[in-house]
Amino acid sequence: MPVATFAGTDVTVDTEGFMTDHKEWSEDIGTFLAGQIGIELTDRHWEVIRFMREDYAEQGTSPTLRRVSAVGGVPTKELFTLFPKKPAKKMAYIAGVPKPQGCV
Amino acid sequence: MTSTQEAPVVVPDFGDEDNDRKICFIASKGTLDMVYPSLVMANAALGEGIETHIFFTFWGMDIINKDTQDDLQFTWLGNTAMHPPGKKMHMPQGLAGIPGMTGIATKMMKKQIADLEVPEVPEFVQMIADAGGHLWACKMSADMMGLTMDNFVDGVEDIITATDFIELSDGGQVIFT
Repeated sequence: MPVATFAGTDVTVDTEGFMTDHKEWSEDIGTFLAGQIGIELTDRHWEVIRFMREDYAEQGTSPTLRRVSAVGGVPTKELFTLFPKKPAKKMAYIAGVPKPQGCV
Repeated sequence: MTSTQEAPVVVPDFGDEDNDRKICFIASKGTLDMVYPSLVMANAALGEGIETHIFFTFWGMDIINKDTQDDLQFTWLGNTAMHPPGKKMHMPQGLAGIPGMTGIATKMMKKQIADLEVPEVPEFVQMIADAGGHLWACKMSADMMGLTMDNFVDGVEDIITATDFIELSDGGQVIFT
């Protein structure tokens, strides 16, 4: 596994650049990763990212967009505004969890 | 002095620069099992940042019709591939014709879909509209069935002709379901 340095910390990543161990994540890393893809994190972004992490820890899989809106309470429309174009993947990237596997 | 060479940070390619892909689905069926292919794939396409259109026609009009979209049915009559989940046996065709069997089969399929955390049709259509999907109703079908924009759910942009659809799908991938 390649190792990358995010916000001064060495973390393992996959070949695409996604973190492979969610426990290595910190809020500083989240801010750094968001910056890498041109997103400045607001409180609303953080709500989503915290939900992603909590849900991943509980369920063992990354939540899909539908789950973030239905359970996390952030509407689909807003997710597309906060994390433009590919919200599910971008949210997972910043939150340090794997890309969602579900079809929906 | 150590000379460790730091590897450049690899950033995933989210394809923010390529936005020329366009996918257009034609949804022509109104049976519960056959409405999901276009909805699932359109939703996936939107999640990938792709411009996505769905043109609803014939029985597919039931997907966007307020009066019918929450009451789509499933029958295995005429579907020889039907077997009970996880079992290697075929369901007798005659059984599907028994009164009430469509209701039972529909209920079972809805439960399987819900177990996968996949939404029911009304919520799914709303989700696609919220994700920026473009929904179009077919004019010939609307005229045949006596439907107007008032009959359709929010998110349907307009009633358009076949020619309009051919124009708007120019340069895109067209998938008939």
